[in-house]
Amino acid sequence: MPDPDRVVGVVTAALAAFLQFTSLGHAVSDEAILADRPPQLLSGFEFFADAAAQVPADGVIPYDLNTPLFSDHARKHRFVYVPSGKAATYDPTEAFAFPVGSALVKTFAFPAALDAPDVDLRLIETRVLLRREDGWQAWAYLWNDEQTDAALKIAGAKVPVTLSGIADGPVSFTYSVPNKNQCKGCHALSGEIVPLGPKARNLNRDYDYPEGAHNQLATWSESGALSGAPDPGDAPSVPDWRDESAPLEARARAWLDVNCAHCHRREGPASNSGLFLTFDESDPVALGIGKRPVAAGRGSGDRAFDVKPGDPDGSILIHRVESTEPGVMMPELGRVLADHDGVINDDAQRHDQSEQTDHVDRLARGQHGDHGRQQGYRNAHRDPEGDPGVVGPLYDGPVDDWTVIHPIWR
Amino acid sequence: MQSGSILLRTTKPISSAVFALCLAGSAFAAEITVEHGEGANERLLEALIMAQPGDTVMISEGRYELTDGLSLDVDDVTVRGAGADRTVLSFKGQTGSGEGLLVTSDRVVLEEFAVEDTKGDGVKSKGSDQITFRNLRVEWTGGPKAENGAYGVYPVSSKNVLIEGVTVRGASDAGIYVGQSENIIVRNSRAEYNVAGIEIENSFRADVHHNVAAHNTGGILVFDLPNLPVQGGHDIRVFDNEVVDNDTPNFAPEGNMVAIVPKGMGIMVMANRNVHVFNNRLDGNATAHVLVAAYPNEYEDENYVFVPRGVYVHDNVYGEGGFEPDGEVGKTISDVSGTPVPDIVWDGVTTIPEYFSWTASENGVYVEEAEGTTFVNLKMISQLLLPWGWWPDTDISSRAGSLPEPEPVKLPQDGGA
Repeated sequence: MPDPDRVVGVVTAALAAFLQFTSLGHAVSDEAILADRPPQLLSGFEFFADAAAQVPADGVIPYDLNTPLFSDHARKHRFVYVPSGKAATYDPTEAFAFPVGSALVKTFAFPAALDAPDVDLRLIETRVLLRREDGWQAWAYLWNDEQTDAALKIAGAKVPVTLSGIADGPVSFTYSVPNKNQCKGCHALSGEIVPLGPKARNLNRDYDYPEGAHNQLATWSESGALSGAPDPGDAPSVPDWRDESAPLEARARAWLDVNCAHCHRREGPASNSGLFLTFDESDPVALGIGKRPVAAGRGSGDRAFDVKPGDPDGSILIHRVESTEPGVMMPELGRVLADHDGVINDDAQRHDQSEQTDHVDRLARGQHGDHGRQQGYRNAHRDPEGDPGVVGPLYDGPVDDWTVIHPIWR
Repeated sequence: MQSGSILLRTTKPISSAVFALCLAGSAFAAEITVEHGEGANERLLEALIMAQPGDTVMISEGRYELTDGLSLDVDDVTVRGAGADRTVLSFKGQTGSGEGLLVTSDRVVLEEFAVEDTKGDGVKSKGSDQITFRNLRVEWTGGPKAENGAYGVYPVSSKNVLIEGVTVRGASDAGIYVGQSENIIVRNSRAEYNVAGIEIENSFRADVHHNVAAHNTGGILVFDLPNLPVQGGHDIRVFDNEVVDNDTPNFAPEGNMVAIVPKGMGIMVMANRNVHVFNNRLDGNATAHVLVAAYPNEYEDENYVFVPRGVYVHDNVYGEGGFEPDGEVGKTISDVSGTPVPDIVWDGVTTIPEYFSWTASENGVYVEEAEGTTFVNLKMISQLLLPWGWWPDTDISSRAGSLPEPEPVKLPQDGGA
């Protein structure tokens, strides 16, 4: 269900977008986006007609993602602004190339209870990514207690939050607003700041605009904010990882793509790990299967492989996404809680996660020709020899095995 | 300047740095002093974020109890404390980030401060060109524990790395770890009570000299591992080091490569090309002073070379060693060699085609040591192929020969090219 407050805003934005309405009086400040220094207050950008209600100004389009990053259960309001007369360039794989003067705006908010996500929503922070001549800049604004405006926080902030609906009784934790450098800790590609969310595969879904549901890619194209996009049916998409009707493998890969692959990709901050989890990664070792850690330290949790097929509890990847301990937990930034639903909370979910781990494995093996991706997500057999074991000349392992597999024979 | 409202910036031209500043496109170099006291943590964080190229961020004497990681992403910045025992950044209460201080920019100098008790790595640089770690202390103050962070001083995917005068204690992987980097000098530093004292991994052109590696599990490791974006480590010189009394039981969390290292390993070379180990003093290393070995695990990587190619061990001084070989590796060696284990151990692994023909001279393992130095070739391939009739080779003269030494590493920040 759409947020009723937001629908009000969408009326403004979407009508303007679709019907070429002229301004109703709330125009974004292009000067603020392009200024040398960001405004001290979020209101200086004029992104919102009603900021407290997260109602966007003219030309600011709200959007959602198929599978979002887990951020301690925060609710997120996302908006894109592309200056009038300009358009972002479609890309089938990476985030779209936005023109100078564009902005991506994301507000993080918490309700009192997860089961009433729209009630008593408290705005915590709004992050902005600004596309300037020399690249993107990232800033975070911390909302005041009165919820009237948000102030620039270069050094980040810690905000106590109490939320019920996660476990029995309310859970209190310290939500972390990132400092400026931490923004780049995730939003980096080959050392440059980049947007992460607005990728075709994650935007390719309907949004409940007031006129009715409409595909976001189509909406962006029709509004002129996006150029070069194919028909949504011809664009890639990932499922909502919670969608049980979607293939399990794709759900697992979508979750890993969004929660891990901003760093764990060849051009990302974790390139040195050799563990690459983008949605299109096909190298099984790069996906972690039978891959030994390189710099995990105690993050290994005494496990030998990133992904050990058929054994989620023996896999470092599961261990680290479950953990809430700094130095162990992954991702390193952006959460202090574990993704209860995405990871493991009870036996049923553990089973589910086990299948997810298996699926990463099966997918990769499928691309080796064993059981192909197209064979779908039926209960493919587990490879009894999936565990590569530890064998070698100097250390241990039966010699018979070693003669078969050891690279000395190459 | 921009950050005048939040920081005390004393802006003054520094004539001697004019040339560098012109390169950096900045008119002035500022010295930003972070004073100890109320709000120091936030001021330090902001100083590192808002620094301009050419600036020096001074961290005053005192103990700073940090709850989150620090980071620097501005080129041409020096971060300087009042001394490794006077300016102490303690991360005992850290609740976020994977390391204490992360540098992602170029031409950065970190000097004269300490980083203690980080939850993950101590001081890391990723993708930096011309990064200097000087007179730092990185320490886990509770002594060797598996819960300690992995690496103390940790440049990775970096270029032109200078590490000098640092002390690292208690790292659960490697005290000084240089990974996937090129042009490296590690000198005049001390690594003790770590699992690995100093480790050069998947890196090109490194000089490791005049260091002390004592009371680690293993003193100095030169490794090359598969399935990494940078591999094929080569041209490494390990010389004039004191590698003594490495006697701390291995406390690395299982799953990490260094967890295989036995207590009492002096210098270990695994895979890599063109590694020179000379003029070191090795004493009191109870498993073996020097081990040259192949990568022991199965792997899938077409591009990886799992055997060492070209290793030259010469003119080292060996004291007592090999008297108490530890763990699986120690047992595998001593089952063949007996105890005490000889000073220098080679597993003898080659590829099978080489086994049946020859190894090119530039790929050989060569040893030239003083009279009385002991050696064993474990001949692992023969163990495998001829289980009924093989014997280890303890004739050190069978490895006579040499390799041309790589040129000394020169770094731009160290007066080099």
